[in-house]
Amino acid sequence: MRTLGKIDPSLVEEISRKKGEPEWMRRLRLRALELFEKLPDPEWLGGLDELNIEEMVLFEEVDVRASSWDELPPEIRKFYEEMKLPEMEKRYLAGLSTSFDSEMVYTHVKKYLEEKGVILLPMEEAVKRYPDLVKRYFGRIFPPAEHKYAALHYALWSGGVFVYVPRGVKVEFPVEAFFLISEELLAQFEHTLIVLEEDAYLHFIEGCSSPQFRKFSFHDGAVEAYVHRNAHLKFTTVQNWGKNIINFNNKRAIAEEGSTVEWVEGSFGSWKSYVYPSVILREKARARISNFSIAHAGEWKESGAKLFHVGKESRSTVTAKSISTGDGVSVFRGLVRMNRGAERAFSSVSCDSLLMDPQSKAFTYPHNQIEEPSARISYEASTSFLSEEQMFYLRSRGLDEDAARALIATGFLSDVIAELPPEYGAVFRRVLEYNFRGSVG
Amino acid sequence: MFYKDVNTVNPVLEVKDLRARIDDKEVLRRVKLSLSPGEIKVLTGPNGSGKSTLARTIMGDERIEVVEGDILVDGESVKDLPPEERFRKGIFLSFQMPPEFEGIRIGEFLLRISGRSGPEAIREMKEIAKELGLDPSILMRELHRGLSGGERKRVELLQALFLKPKYVLLDEIDSGVDVESVELIAKKVKELVDGGSAVLFITHNPLSLKIFSDRPVLRMEGGRILENAG
Repeated sequence: MRTLGKIDPSLVEEISRKKGEPEWMRRLRLRALELFEKLPDPEWLGGLDELNIEEMVLFEEVDVRASSWDELPPEIRKFYEEMKLPEMEKRYLAGLSTSFDSEMVYTHVKKYLEEKGVILLPMEEAVKRYPDLVKRYFGRIFPPAEHKYAALHYALWSGGVFVYVPRGVKVEFPVEAFFLISEELLAQFEHTLIVLEEDAYLHFIEGCSSPQFRKFSFHDGAVEAYVHRNAHLKFTTVQNWGKNIINFNNKRAIAEEGSTVEWVEGSFGSWKSYVYPSVILREKARARISNFSIAHAGEWKESGAKLFHVGKESRSTVTAKSISTGDGVSVFRGLVRMNRGAERAFSSVSCDSLLMDPQSKAFTYPHNQIEEPSARISYEASTSFLSEEQMFYLRSRGLDEDAARALIATGFLSDVIAELPPEYGAVFRRVLEYNFRGSVG
Repeated sequence: MFYKDVNTVNPVLEVKDLRARIDDKEVLRRVKLSLSPGEIKVLTGPNGSGKSTLARTIMGDERIEVVEGDILVDGESVKDLPPEERFRKGIFLSFQMPPEFEGIRIGEFLLRISGRSGPEAIREMKEIAKELGLDPSILMRELHRGLSGGERKRVELLQALFLKPKYVLLDEIDSGVDVESVELIAKKVKELVDGGSAVLFITHNPLSLKIFSDRPVLRMEGGRILENAG
């Protein structure tokens, strides 16, 4: 199914009908559409005035479901091969799903996941097979009313992954899902929902990439995570959308008592990007958000973090790094809120920007809201510039200009890259180098 | 494969009547110099006389404009080549005050610029570090970041000893280090030369001048080389 044109209730009804959804989901979509129409553009939305959603294709259904690598469409396989992912999959990954043109085309669940009772399913299928479980969490962590484009997401969501890890189960290897946008003017609204029961552990890797397009496209995905008591979720995103894509990502986790949530977010691609992973922390919960972004010439990259400390002695750490090249603009937007009662909660935010060219820009907008007198927030920011002397030094050691810039960028981001599984780190480095050679979208 | 192509016809680095300026200021005035594998030439002179500028101009610092003259490596002009090409022709500059690099480990950097890999290369690197009085764990440290002045100098020399370039320009590799280190550096420089490299040893350290008193000593003043004992 290819849907073009006006976003109205009949379109939303049709999406819901074709997906064979339960009534509650249909109504959730329609309520979200009403909100989308009512809500103004978010005040924080900078650098964006060309967005015309209705000109975009909304979603496309693909009648391909592969059960092995060989059955994957050649263009997807090529990308995976170029990124050297098959070996990674063999050695590292517990499961893999690819969302292609908004629909799942490939799902591979390793046997041991099933044995452990872990559910890893395309979101649509989870809605049908586990309606009560999904309904308990869906749209309740990152509500549609959060902002206009969150509402749009809920009205049109399609694709994404559902992961459920039962109590006490530690998933030993990273579980990975790749999302790709492959068609010009295609918008993608995938929804990922992760639920970790008490004492569970999961590292989920979400990767995104797409070839270069001529016109703009729009990505408005969401990730919701509910992390129950003493559970631990690590969520890593590799965002390498094509250079024409406007990327929203609405990510939020609820960290229950004693639990840990880590967001690691890397943004290479897209034209404009607005990503602020957020966590609501209950008593003694821990959150760590590490993100980096690269804004090339003509690009606008916003990243940051939102932390809502609700519980006593909750702790959070934010490490944000951005690189701007040419006239690229990097923006850090952070919110730390200490609710009354979040006694002795602590948050530490550090934000570093590297400007590679004289016309490069970086802005930081930290917001702190403290209602609890015993809570503390520490905030550090730094801006550094690529110096001519550094470039001369590296070139005098045989590196050409692009290689020297890529090496400096890789070095600047090394502590974030170190957070990744080793082979993933190698992919990051390669993509980073491609980025500075200007050859990868 | 690295730079020691002894079959090259007439291996020599030649600076011919080089005039250069930074902005409107003339910084090199008709400088002549030749450097052949197996020899050390000492370059001395007061601060601001143009010693570092000469070394950086030979390396290809684009902030220095060559107005006249030429720089030849083994008979071929490198005057219009970028620094990375000159490096590939065998020129190496050890920086007087090397910049710091976040997140770039010394060992990884050395492998990258040498094009080498594997345990043998790492073993050799560690060996050189030890010979220079450095703990081999320094190879895991960030390039020049958080290192002392003396460590930086030795890390620069470590690179030269590992790469074994044909033409090595050492810009005050002996400044700000203790007496023992000066002697050690001189010993390693001699080894480098015995291995077939040519060295331009820029210094005003009296001990180095004494150690190398049997070698040609050039003196620079006001952008000119005044004496040529070679």
